[in-house]
Amino acid sequence: MTRYCAAAAAAAAIIATPALSQSVSDGKVKIGILNDQSGVYADFGGLGSVEAAKMAVEDFGGKVLDAPIEVVSADHQNKADIASNIARQWYDTEQVDSIMELTTSSVALAVQALSQEKKKIDLVTGAATTDLTGKACSPYGFHWAYDTHALAVGTGGALVEAGGDSWFFLTADYAFGYSLEDNTAGIVKEKGGTVVGAVKHPLATTDFSSFLLQAQSSGAKVVGLANAGLDTQNAIKQAAEFGITAGGQKLAALLFTLAEVHGLGLETAQGLTLTESFYWDRNDASREWSNRYRERTGKMPNMIQAATYSGVLHYLNAIKAAGTDETEAVAAKMKETPVKDMFAENGKVLANGRMVSDVYLMEVKAPADSKGEWDYYTVKATIPGDQAYLAADKSGCPLVK
Amino acid sequence: MTMIFGIPIQAFLGQLLVGLINGSFYALLSLGLAVIFGLLRVINFAHGAQYMLGAFVAFLGLKHLGIPYWAALVVAPLVVGAFGALIERTMLSRLYNLDPLYGLLFTFGLALTLEGTMRWYYGASGQPYSAPAALTGAIKLPFMVLPIYRAWVIVASLVVCLAVWALIEKTRLGATLRAATENPSLVQSFGINVPMLLTLTYALGAGLAALAGVLAAPIYQVSPLMGSNIIIVVFAVVVVGGMGSILGAIVTGYLLGVAEGLTKVFYPEASNIVIFVIMAIVLILRPAGLFGKEG
Repeated sequence: MTRYCAAAAAAAAIIATPALSQSVSDGKVKIGILNDQSGVYADFGGLGSVEAAKMAVEDFGGKVLDAPIEVVSADHQNKADIASNIARQWYDTEQVDSIMELTTSSVALAVQALSQEKKKIDLVTGAATTDLTGKACSPYGFHWAYDTHALAVGTGGALVEAGGDSWFFLTADYAFGYSLEDNTAGIVKEKGGTVVGAVKHPLATTDFSSFLLQAQSSGAKVVGLANAGLDTQNAIKQAAEFGITAGGQKLAALLFTLAEVHGLGLETAQGLTLTESFYWDRNDASREWSNRYRERTGKMPNMIQAATYSGVLHYLNAIKAAGTDETEAVAAKMKETPVKDMFAENGKVLANGRMVSDVYLMEVKAPADSKGEWDYYTVKATIPGDQAYLAADKSGCPLVK
Repeated sequence: MTMIFGIPIQAFLGQLLVGLINGSFYALLSLGLAVIFGLLRVINFAHGAQYMLGAFVAFLGLKHLGIPYWAALVVAPLVVGAFGALIERTMLSRLYNLDPLYGLLFTFGLALTLEGTMRWYYGASGQPYSAPAALTGAIKLPFMVLPIYRAWVIVASLVVCLAVWALIEKTRLGATLRAATENPSLVQSFGINVPMLLTLTYALGAGLAALAGVLAAPIYQVSPLMGSNIIIVVFAVVVVGGMGSILGAIVTGYLLGVAEGLTKVFYPEASNIVIFVIMAIVLILRPAGLFGKEG
């Protein structure tokens, strides 16, 4: 019985899709958005990124080379093993052509390795480690939005120049935290500053008072928060409580986006320096897209969500230009085509997969200066992409000789 | 500078105090769990969610109804307690005669539902809530800066813990409660409404969790995830203290808070597992927990 049903379904499918595309495998392009949808980074990317990907598909027209485009998504719960299992299933049995977003560095590294093995394209917007385009780079791996080097150059560089020449780090105890601390410490030292100490805390710590006391007694001028999401929010909130900022120490949230500022509220977040590669209220194109995004999600996008839109669009354009969805050809097209959209005005993709575009140094507004619900940033400086990101030949990526 | 275990005495004292503050939350939360387990024999996995709800009631009350912090300390436990009573009456009470596993599964499912619902509406990154003006600022002690709010948390939690302990161990109502769990049918034959007592007990436990939530709101982000971050630790506290032992839950809460605080100085990477290491050791040496009665 089941066999007849399957046969009937197959027949129906064939009849229903008369114009089955010749150049696209399985007759459709399927993009998987894999990220944290229920944990500490659920607002950082989460369902917002899924919506951004769907917007890209709709803006593209819903079809490429006559084949329909489909977006699927799953929650990896920040666990590399769960993520790998989902990715494997997507590639092996569900005809997914590429996986994107991949918040959390450990997850991104695992899925990128798997994608390379399966010869599939992965495009990371949500993870930070430079290893993705460094020693763990893949010929089919791409990294959009930001990385720890860009954050370090932006926030780290700006604060040292403003006189914050001694640092104490509060570092999340996993790949991302180490990478962020290393990169920032490197920039601080390069600019003549010193690192007086660091303490590693477990992911999803709720109470930072012990660590903050250590930071306080270190006497460092800047307390660098090499963590993300809810961890950074709690650390900032509690730093105010212990009088860290009132005592003259400056807080540097090394990875902090609009979503977290929104959650923290301007009262607590005001005066923070941070780096993002996107701000909705920067120009007409960003405002137009962001307002459409807000109508669908009720929120304004941060750089992760905006970059996911940009990445999906670039991928689809590359398939169209290559005339096929075959991995080698699409990856080559993605690298040779400049990125020009509402996210990146002058973006380019390096040989190691790094997409280079400008990043912005922002300062969070005081409540009195904010004119509306999402009016949170003043753009203090534009850091050109070439300064923000490592050059391909310095990235340590074995593909670049 | 005087050193103790290789770190300056100032830092040591500071961490001791910080540990005590965290211990206050552990004590308050494990107290509610111990009350519910001790009297109802229900392992209340929804405790973390009720703690989270308490914080959200405070946040929403302030945002939409202008209820200030002090009023929220009373309102939130009442609201969450009433919600707990409703859950107990309509659903949980049907599971008392079944294997304890059913109660555990039910409350676990309830916790996931509550968290998921709040996440749907408010997102994972949480909502801001500020301490009342009277409790902001900090006192400069010789060895550390002590935020006034944290000092308040220690005092409030100690008072509430002692009051609940006295209520259950020293009053007539408490005696009736304990009797009702020992032998429900006998107590009922004296004309006491036992199901009502059990409902009130569950409401009390939920209310205590909500109170801890309100106390936590100005320190942590008011986030749907705040309960699941802390609940596992609190379970460990109850196990170490001895399931159902109220005094055990309180004392162990403070002790483990301090143990965790000190670990954050000596070896921060281990700070999230030290409590479970202690739990494992206690279970090996004294399976009934530090204050539990050996079965």
